[in-house]
Amino acid sequence: MAHGGGGKLMRHLVERLFGAAFANPLLDARHDGATFAAPGARIAMTTDSYVVRPLFFPGGDIGALAVNGTVNDLAMCGARARYLSAGFILEEGLPMEDLWRVVASMARAAAASEVQIVTGDTKVVDRGKGDGIYVNTAGVGALATGAQIGPASVRPGDAVLLSGDVGRHGMAVMALREGLAFEGAIQSDCAPLVEPVMALLEGGIDVHCLRDATRGGVASVLVEVAEQSGTHLQVDELAVPVREEVRGACEVLGFDPLYVANEGRFLAFVPEADAGRALSILRQHRVCEGACRIGSAGGDDPGVVTLRSAIGANRILDMLSGEQLPRIC
Amino acid sequence: MRFMDEYRDAGAAREYAAALARTVTRPWTLMEVCGGQTHAIVKFGIDTLLPEGVTLLHGPGCPVCVTPLEVIDRAIAIAEMPGVILCSFGDMLRVPGSHQDLLSVKAGGGDVRIVYSPLDAVKLARENPEREVVFFGVGFETTAPANAMAVYQAAREGVANFSMLASHVLVPPAIEALLASPTCRIQAFLAAGHVCTVMGYTEYEPLARKHQVPIVVTGFEPLDVLQGVLMCVRQLEEGRAEVENQYARSVRREGNAPARELMREVFEIVPRKWRGVGEIPRSGLGLRAAYRAHDAEHRFGVAATEVAEPEECISGLVLQGLKTPHECPAFGTRCTPEKPLGATMVSSEGACAAYHRYRRQPAAARGGGS
Repeated sequence: MAHGGGGKLMRHLVERLFGAAFANPLLDARHDGATFAAPGARIAMTTDSYVVRPLFFPGGDIGALAVNGTVNDLAMCGARARYLSAGFILEEGLPMEDLWRVVASMARAAAASEVQIVTGDTKVVDRGKGDGIYVNTAGVGALATGAQIGPASVRPGDAVLLSGDVGRHGMAVMALREGLAFEGAIQSDCAPLVEPVMALLEGGIDVHCLRDATRGGVASVLVEVAEQSGTHLQVDELAVPVREEVRGACEVLGFDPLYVANEGRFLAFVPEADAGRALSILRQHRVCEGACRIGSAGGDDPGVVTLRSAIGANRILDMLSGEQLPRIC
Repeated sequence: MRFMDEYRDAGAAREYAAALARTVTRPWTLMEVCGGQTHAIVKFGIDTLLPEGVTLLHGPGCPVCVTPLEVIDRAIAIAEMPGVILCSFGDMLRVPGSHQDLLSVKAGGGDVRIVYSPLDAVKLARENPEREVVFFGVGFETTAPANAMAVYQAAREGVANFSMLASHVLVPPAIEALLASPTCRIQAFLAAGHVCTVMGYTEYEPLARKHQVPIVVTGFEPLDVLQGVLMCVRQLEEGRAEVENQYARSVRREGNAPARELMREVFEIVPRKWRGVGEIPRSGLGLRAAYRAHDAEHRFGVAATEVAEPEECISGLVLQGLKTPHECPAFGTRCTPEKPLGATMVSSEGACAAYHRYRRQPAAARGGGS
C-alpha cells in the first residue's frame, strides 16, 4: 500500500473500502464527525487500541477484536453499544488483501452486535514503523439500567461468576506468534458479550459489577475489583474452567492461565440470592455456556484476593508485574 | 490433565500432611534447592500444610537469580552492539544488571528476542547470515544439554555467526558449599528432580555420607514436594542420611547418558561466581577451547566491569537459606517485582518474588492453610 499522502489514493481507500464496508447514513454523510441524538438520558463511552500480532489468529483477527473489544467494554458498563469510531494506522507495504479481510471482519462483527461504525480516520506510516495494522475504536452506547455497575457496588456476600473457560485468546496468539506447535490449534474466545449482559439486566439480576477479563486475565480483574471495592474476594482455583489444550500450553511455558488474556470472557459480581438465576440466564447464551461460580466476596481481609489452591491451601492472588515470560526450566 | 492432576489431589495432600504430623517428633529444617520447587511450594500453599516445626528454606536453585551481575552486564553490552541479535529465555530479560536490564536494551532499539529453545537461536543465525546471533545460555544441568546441542550443531553445520554467552552452574558443588559453611542450619535437602533426570544422583551419595544429611530427589508437583518432605523427615527421625529418589518416574540413578556425553563434549567444568553467594570452585560449565569460535565472550571481547550489588539487598543470604524474604526490611517496600533491588525479586522462581506474589506476610501470621 502507498496511501499515505492524503490524496486520491487515500480517498479511494476511505470511499471504496471503509465507506463500502461500514455503510450507514451517519457515515455516508462524510462529515468531519457524526451527529446523532443521544438515545437515552445516560450514555457510556469508551475507547481502546488494538495492536495484536499476528493480525489473523485461530478464532479471530484484529478487526473482530477491535469491534468486540469496544462493544464489550461498553457492555461491562451495562450499555449497549450504538456507534463506534474506527481509527486505522496502516504500515506502508501492507497487502491490500489483508486490509480487506480485516475490514470485512469488522463489518461482520459490527453487524452481529448491531452497532454502526459512524466515523473514522486513517493514517499510513512508513514501512517498518508498524505491525501492518493498528486499529483504534471508540464507542458510545445507551445505558440499559440506572444501577451503578462498577467495583464500588461490590458488597461482602456477593457471588463471583465467570462466563466461561479462560486463557484461550492469549495462548492462541502466543502459540502462533512464537511458532509453537501444540497439538490441535487453540482457538481464541474472541466474541461479543453484549447479549448475555443485556439478558442479565433484563432478567432483573441486581448486577453489582461486570468486568471483561482481557489483558492481565481473570487474576488482574479480581485484584482490581478487590482493591477498588475494599472487599475480600475468595476464589477457588479448581472452579475456574481451563480447557485441556490451554492448560497444557500454559504448563509447557510456565504460564498461569489466570493471568492469560481473554477476549470473550467476563466476571459478574451479583448478590448471593441472584447467583443461581444469573448463571442459568448466562448459560442460555452460547458464548457463556460454560458460566460458573468461582468465588465470593467477604469482609475479612479488605482489598485482598485469596485463592484456594488445587491442593486445598490458601494463598494470595496478586497482580502480575509486567508480562508473563516463559521460564527457563 | 492426565498425568498431572493426580499430583495435585487435595485429598492425597491432606493424607501426606497427616502422615508428616504423625512422623515429626522435633523441629527439622529442610532446604529445597530448586527455584521451581520454591515457586510450587508458595503457589500451591504447600508450606501452610506442613506441621509446626518443619521449616523449608529456599535454596540457590534459580538460574536467573544466581547469574552474576557482570555476566548480565556483558550480555547487555553485546546486545547493544550493532548487528547483534541477542536471544535468551524470557526470565532473563528482566534481571537488572549494574545499570539496566535486557528489556531496556530492547526498548532502546536493541534486537533482543525471547526464544523457547537454543536451537531456535541457531535457526535464527542460519536465517540471518549478515547478523551475529548470540544466545545467552544460563541455567543448571537441566538446560545445559540443549545448550550444548545448539553449539554442537552450529559447529558441525558451520553456522559461523552463532555464539553463546555461557554461564551455566552446577548443583552438587553449591550443596557442598552450603554444607561446608559454619552457619549452615540445613538438615536435609530436596534435590531438584529435573537436574537429576539429566545427571542422575550418584554425585549426591558422597555428599550425603560426608555431611550426614538426607538428600531426596524430588519432583515439582505439590504431591511430589510433600512426599519428598515426608521422606526427608522419616530419614531424620530414623537417624539415616541417604540419597532417596522420590521422582522415580523420571529419574534413574545414572541419569541420561547421551545428554551427559553431549555436555562433556561441549562444556568443561570451571569455577563460577554465583550472584549473592560468591565464587564456588568447579561449580560452572564453560565452553571448551575446541568451541571457542562459538564463545561469545571471546568473539566480542567484552571485558569484565566493576560491579556492585545494592548494599541493602539480602538476596545472597536468602539464596543460602540464612534469611527468609520476610526478614528483609526492604521486602515489599523499597524492593518489589516492579522495582527490584536484587535478582531474587526479579525472577518468577526467585524466593522473594514468589513470596511477594503469593504471600505478603509470614505463613503463621495468615493462620496457615484451610
